[in-house]
Amino acid sequence: MTTSDPPNDVHPPHLYPPYASSVKRAPHELLMPLPTALRDHGGPVFSPSRLRPDDHDATRNARVNGEPLGERILVRGRLLDAAGRPVRGALIETWQANAAGRYVHGRDQHDAPLDPNFVGTARMLTDEHGEYELISIRPGAYPWGNHPNAWRPAHIHFSVFGTNFTERLVSQMYFPGDPLLAHDPIYQGIPDPQGQQRLISRFDLNLTEPGWALGYRFDIVLGGQHATPFEDPDHDD
Amino acid sequence: MTRRSSAGPLTPEDSNIPDGAFGPSPSQTVGPYFHQGLVHGFQGYERTAGTVLVDPFSVEAQGVPGERIRLTGHVLDADGEVIPDALIEVWQADASGRYPTDPDAAFSGFARTHTLTADARYEVHTIKPGAAGPDAAPRLLLWVGLRGLLTHLYTVVYFSDEDNSRDAVLRDVPEARRPTLIAQRLDAPGGVTYTFDLRLQGEGETVFFTP
Repeated sequence: MTTSDPPNDVHPPHLYPPYASSVKRAPHELLMPLPTALRDHGGPVFSPSRLRPDDHDATRNARVNGEPLGERILVRGRLLDAAGRPVRGALIETWQANAAGRYVHGRDQHDAPLDPNFVGTARMLTDEHGEYELISIRPGAYPWGNHPNAWRPAHIHFSVFGTNFTERLVSQMYFPGDPLLAHDPIYQGIPDPQGQQRLISRFDLNLTEPGWALGYRFDIVLGGQHATPFEDPDHDD
Repeated sequence: MTRRSSAGPLTPEDSNIPDGAFGPSPSQTVGPYFHQGLVHGFQGYERTAGTVLVDPFSVEAQGVPGERIRLTGHVLDADGEVIPDALIEVWQADASGRYPTDPDAAFSGFARTHTLTADARYEVHTIKPGAAGPDAAPRLLLWVGLRGLLTHLYTVVYFSDEDNSRDAVLRDVPEARRPTLIAQRLDAPGGVTYTFDLRLQGEGETVFFTP
């Protein structure tokens, strides 16, 4: 894989057998390029009135009787388009496990505690510089059933709307130096090593708030209209 | 402790993306637990997030023109098993064929739902879109993400009671596969319902598109 590969190679193939759930859920037929008639329409735009002041702060927005447990983190980054320009006023939504590696979800049966003061969701709009800020708790790793002794690396899910349909992105932010990344098929399914690198946040002591929270940088780049449409060559590898 | 006020623009040295590695951030699966972050009121946690975007209509939407419809169906895997952890988003024009661009519009053209329901069926309440041009039939774009999909998929939904032969997008789809893109109209007692199943793999596989 080299930097001259088409931008679409950044995204994981649909069928990736090491990720067991993909085997019966990935399309087998060739995908068709999204027609220009549909690509060119703007995506949805969201009014600031839909958000509340604490929505970006997962350490506050679900408090019942105190601070959530775990290592407080502050994540700041930019949302950029493929040309490096800031994407302003875009909605970013996040969700994650708590410090013990447990989601607030009826189907999460991991034997780890729930935190009464933490749900792990946040949302924000990017500002005039394309920047966002998330305040949260560092999520724990957790076991899953993909293969024997499978553990997901610590991660925060990011859902991002760009300026049109082709920029819709759901991704995950990982943490630097996590030994589980080498064993994770969801992360390893990304074909481009540089693409993998882009999903790892960077610890930043300058962003770290003394006595309060560790700082991480996490910029997100949307593919969008600069990507060349073509039939997915990875669909049945 | 209060948080630091927002700083100015970030410099490239601040980025997690190394020099020379600039490019699109890769997609990752929504996983099985997206409801927590993307679905309003899941498990009673209404407090934790502002108004979530599951309904294409604002509260002032009574006067929005157009035929009220339900779009509903199952998402099926290679074995025909229903998938109870699919995230569905709909993007569409209004009844006159225009895509809304005003963030405060009464009709946003965007809806989100999921299949963690009693019978694993998704259901979107919206209006029937108008045709966006002379070579277009009424249609909407449907986005699907789920556990097992590292990169989401799109499909285009047409309506069984429309003349779809003029649609330039549908004409590019092999004829034998076009029926996978047609939602079937049912005039049910509860209102007009269109059923649209997505089959991810195998016999009758839905036509999917990639950006």
